[in-house]
This record gives sequence, C-alpha cells and structure tokens, in this order.
Amino acid sequence: MRIFLISLIGKIVALATRVRGGHGSALPGLIMEKIDPRFLGKILGNLPFGVVVISGTNGKTTTTKMVTELLRANGLKVFTNPSGSNFTRGVASSALKQMKWGKLRADIAVLELDEAHAVHFVNKIAPKYSLLLNVFRDQLDRFGEIDTTAKFLEKIAEKTTGTVILNREDPLVSKIPARVKKYFGYSRVVAKLFPNDDELYGITDKKSNQPAEIILEKFENDVAEFNIGATKLQLGGAHNALNAVAALALVKTILDCSNKSGNDEVGIFNPEKMLRALSEIKPAFGRGESFVIDGQPLELNLVKNPSGFRIVIASQYNKNAATMIAINDHYSDGRDMSWLWDVDFSAVKSVDVVSGIRANDMALRLMCQDIKIGDINTNLRASLTQFLSQNPDTPKQIFATYTAMLEIRKILKKECRK
Amino acid sequence: MKKTLKIAMLYPREMNIYGDHGNLEVLTHRAKLYGFDVEQIIYEPDEKLPADVDIILGGGGQDSGQNKIVDDLIKIGSQLHKLAGNGVPMLMICGLYQLFGHYFLTKDDQKIAGIGIFDMVTKAGSERLISNIVTNWDDYKLVGYENHSGLTTLNNKQKPFAKVVAGAGNNGDDQTEGARIHNVFGSYLHGPILSKNPKFADELLMLAARRKFSDEFLKPRDESAKKQLVKIHEIAEQAREIAMKRPR
Repeated sequence: MRIFLISLIGKIVALATRVRGGHGSALPGLIMEKIDPRFLGKILGNLPFGVVVISGTNGKTTTTKMVTELLRANGLKVFTNPSGSNFTRGVASSALKQMKWGKLRADIAVLELDEAHAVHFVNKIAPKYSLLLNVFRDQLDRFGEIDTTAKFLEKIAEKTTGTVILNREDPLVSKIPARVKKYFGYSRVVAKLFPNDDELYGITDKKSNQPAEIILEKFENDVAEFNIGATKLQLGGAHNALNAVAALALVKTILDCSNKSGNDEVGIFNPEKMLRALSEIKPAFGRGESFVIDGQPLELNLVKNPSGFRIVIASQYNKNAATMIAINDHYSDGRDMSWLWDVDFSAVKSVDVVSGIRANDMALRLMCQDIKIGDINTNLRASLTQFLSQNPDTPKQIFATYTAMLEIRKILKKECRK
Repeated sequence: MKKTLKIAMLYPREMNIYGDHGNLEVLTHRAKLYGFDVEQIIYEPDEKLPADVDIILGGGGQDSGQNKIVDDLIKIGSQLHKLAGNGVPMLMICGLYQLFGHYFLTKDDQKIAGIGIFDMVTKAGSERLISNIVTNWDDYKLVGYENHSGLTTLNNKQKPFAKVVAGAGNNGDDQTEGARIHNVFGSYLHGPILSKNPKFADELLMLAARRKFSDEFLKPRDESAKKQLVKIHEIAEQAREIAMKRPR
C-alpha cells in the first residue's frame, strides 16, 4: 500500500513537470527516494527473475539493448532504463512509468549503469546477475585512474548474488573475483580487431585461457560467427559483434539458471532463435545510427574515449564519405581533451568540418598528423548546416562526443522530417 | 647536410595515461617544419639511453605504473643528472615530474625514492586535483589540464616553472606550478602541454638546436612549412582562449 501511495505521488509529480514543459525525468524519482529511500529496492526486489546490472567503459547502451530484446524474444517482460538515466533516481523515475497499482509490471530488470553510479546502486540493490564488459581509459577527469574504475567493477561483482559474466579478453576484467562467474570471449583469429589500451603502447598481456560461454570465432562483412552459429548483424562494426557475444552469454546464463531453478516460464536457450532475434536489432540511438538526408545516407557515431574512437575508425570509417567531427567538453563528454591524443587518425583521409566547443583542440590533433581539414567552427548548429549543404551528393559520417551527438541528432531528426 | 634531433620518451608503456605521448608527436612535427630530421627514441626499462640524446620527455602514470618503472629510473638517474647538467632540455609531466624530485610519499606512508634532479618532495593528498589550469610562464600563458593527487612542495632554492593563474598547480596552496632547473622542466599540465602551448614547444626545440648546432633561431623549412606554422599558431590561440574560459 505504501509503495502504491509513493508511486502515485511520483506519477503526479511526473505529470506536473510535464505539464510545465519539463522532461520530468529525474525529479519524480528524487522525490520518491526522499519519501522512502528503499523505494527502488522494494519494487525491484520482487521481480521473479531479479535485477541485471550491465557496466563497463564501452558498449553498455548497445549491449543493454541487445539483452533486453533477446529476453523479450523469450517472452519475458523486461524493465530497462533509457541510456543516460544512470542515477538511482533516474532508474526510479523510469520504473514509475512502467508501474501500475504500485507494482512494476516486469519479470526482470536490465539496467545499464556507469561504473561509479553502479557502485551506489549495488549498495542499495544487490543484482542477481552482472555483466562486466571492459575497462578502458575514459573520463579520467571523473574517476582519476583506470585502476579506480576496475575497483568499481569489482564492487559490482562482490555484490552480485547469482552469476557474474566477465570479458575473458580484458585483463583488468577477467581477473575480477566472483563467487560464480562465466566468461565471454573471442578467438585469436579476431583478436586484432580489438586493440586494447595496453597493446596500443606495446604491452601484450597474457590472455586468460578460461573456457567461455559464448565465443566470437570470426567476423567479416558484418557477419558474426559464434561458437553457437553465425548471423549477419544490422549493427555495424566488430565492437558490436563483441557486444553481441556479451549479450548472448548473459541471456544464456539467465535462461540456464532459471531453468535449473525450476522456473519453467521461459524456454531453454535456443541458439537459432537467439541469433535470429539478434540479426533484427537496430543500433541504439547515436551509436552508428543511420539517417537519410536529401537521399544520401548519414551515419552518426558516438565517440567518447580513445578506445571507442579507435574502434569506430577501424571498423566504421568510410573513406568515400564526407566527414565531420564534433568534440564538446561538458561534464558528460569529459572535460580533459588529452584523450584525443591517444587516438591515431592516420587512417582518416580528410575531415570536412571540425566542430564542437573544443573544435580547435581536435583540429590541432589532426594537423599534427598532417590530416587535411576544411572548416573549423565551434558553433555546432552552423557547422552541421554547412556540412550538409556542402556535401549534398555524397554519403556522410559524423563522429561526435556525447552532448554533441545529442544536439546533432535532434537537428537531424528535424531534417529527416522535412 | 640534414640536422637530426634525437628525441627520447621515457617509459611510454606505463607513463602515458593522459595523452602525454602527444608531446613527442608535437615536437617531432614542429621540428620537421623547422627543417630538422627527427629520430624518436622510445625508452623502456633495461634499454640503453643514448648519450647523445637531444631532448628527453616523460609523462604521467598510475600509481601501479610508477612502481613498475621506478627501479629503472633510479638506475639511469646519474646519467640523467649528467645530461641535465650539460643543458639537455627535458620535459617531465605529472608522474615522472614527481619522480624527478627527492621522493613521493604514498597514502600508506611508503616512500618512493625519486632521482632528485628537482629539489622538491611530493606527498599523496586526500583528494585529486582535477581541472583546467592556466599558469604564467613569464608573460606567456600556459594552458592545460591537471589531474593528480600528489601535492608537491618545492624547497627554498628550487625555482617553479610557472605561476598559477587558475587551477591548483603543485599543491593548490602556494601558487607555484612545476619546477625548472638548467633546461629541465617539470609540470602537472596535460593537454598534452605542447599542443596548446606552441611557444613552449619551440623553446625546447630552440634549446636543443642551440646546444647541438649553435643555431640562433628556428627557421621554417620552406614557405609551406611557414604557412602551416602560422595556421597552427592561430588555431592554438583559439584553443587556448576557449580552454581558459571552460569550467573546472
């Protein structure tokens, strides 16, 4: 009854903020948490299949989307948080939307949490499963050191009551201790597609030989060959094939565990069915998302750290397309621009437009590698308009940091509607 | 005959967490625009540091990384002292800057010995100093980004490299930033520092060229190099101006 009342208050707050023109995203959650700090724990604690936390530097959003859709293909009702609402109050607010009569209408919660937020979250709510993807240099202006980030992930593993799924190929992740753990990984054949930070500077760590649940055996022309079968992905790039391996390993674990514990509401893990569902998944927003502008394709890629940028250049960069790079330095982009110098741009032929608040920093990086640049303009809207109008007859690609991506996406959505 | 500058980078495997490798790239790029050939030397533990090296660079690392290289640093310490005394320009950022002092005292009171080229000590602080930073190096503004937990105190006779205008610098207290002795510079500025502060990059090149070739000034290789240098200067000015206005 109490939960019902609190959620009712939350709904009223959400409605009120929407009426006033706000997004109403975090405020209701904040208020509900104020009334009852254990609100979120109470509504998530009763889910029959428990809570799943997905964390790591790169691939959280796409992997969460894959896991959610694969579980839905198995008939489960899934509650998930939209990317960006990482705080517990954000999760509470999104839960509210899926609540009826004080109950969350879901079988399982699949939550994307950034490393630092995840630690707060697991201290309140112990997940049944966690999936730990990788640790790369990212947002060191927030976390300080990579070793700190790795410790956050260890905390998540420690609090997980069921199974922890780990990336076998990331030395900082594979060694994380857990009571019950399983791995996902890739074969040596495809290893060169996934350079890690250390390898960039010549460190070749000994790889773990642990057996893995799901393995990526081969990857060519967006066809991913796993140890359980092959499928063509709509999500381009080797990094998405790796996200798929992680998602499959997690879904297999959830289904296996549920079957073992006598929960017969879901079937067994069916590789064919899962691969079919996987092939239908479209990119999460701004992560290799495609638009059509004046009859020409435009691909929007989020770049937020050196490894992500390197992987996107290696697997998504199209040398026949017009190119724009937009670098902002708001809190969620990372304030320190040093990371641009950990990206090798030598494969990039030329950049037509460099934009964002830190366009000039980006330009300095490119010029040091003698890469031809067209215009430099810190005004995102103006430079996007220019980029579109100067390249009407060619495919286009944009690489943008988080807040730049959001702004560009908003403008492109309007363009598409025209 | 082509003039060659040998530029060494110390321990980039462990000591390069915030793009400090970019300092090597910027120096190499500019040296070429000024008509020099560049030989890059990547120095890792147990290798040999050539005696005729012209510029030495070093970056920052994690605590775990510093532990891995410190024994080797002590081993080449006397060679580095000699090179410093001979006027070889060096630039040490963050972690290696700290280890160019007498010691680094960790949170658990463990003393990691440095090589004492700078007369200074560093102690682990309780919180990380993370922010955009601007300093005055004489009348030139140095612009960068700092991210360190160590607090450095210069002893009486040790000259700082620059004076803090915005940000924390050595310790957040006395407004000193970095240290300088002979032609050895130490600093907490990432960015990498030489990318947004081309005047300082040229100072290092000038010191090296004067020492080796008795050059009196840097001269662009040709017209196109001159144009490129002007363009880089203009963009760097923009980047500096914007960085100075950014929060934290």
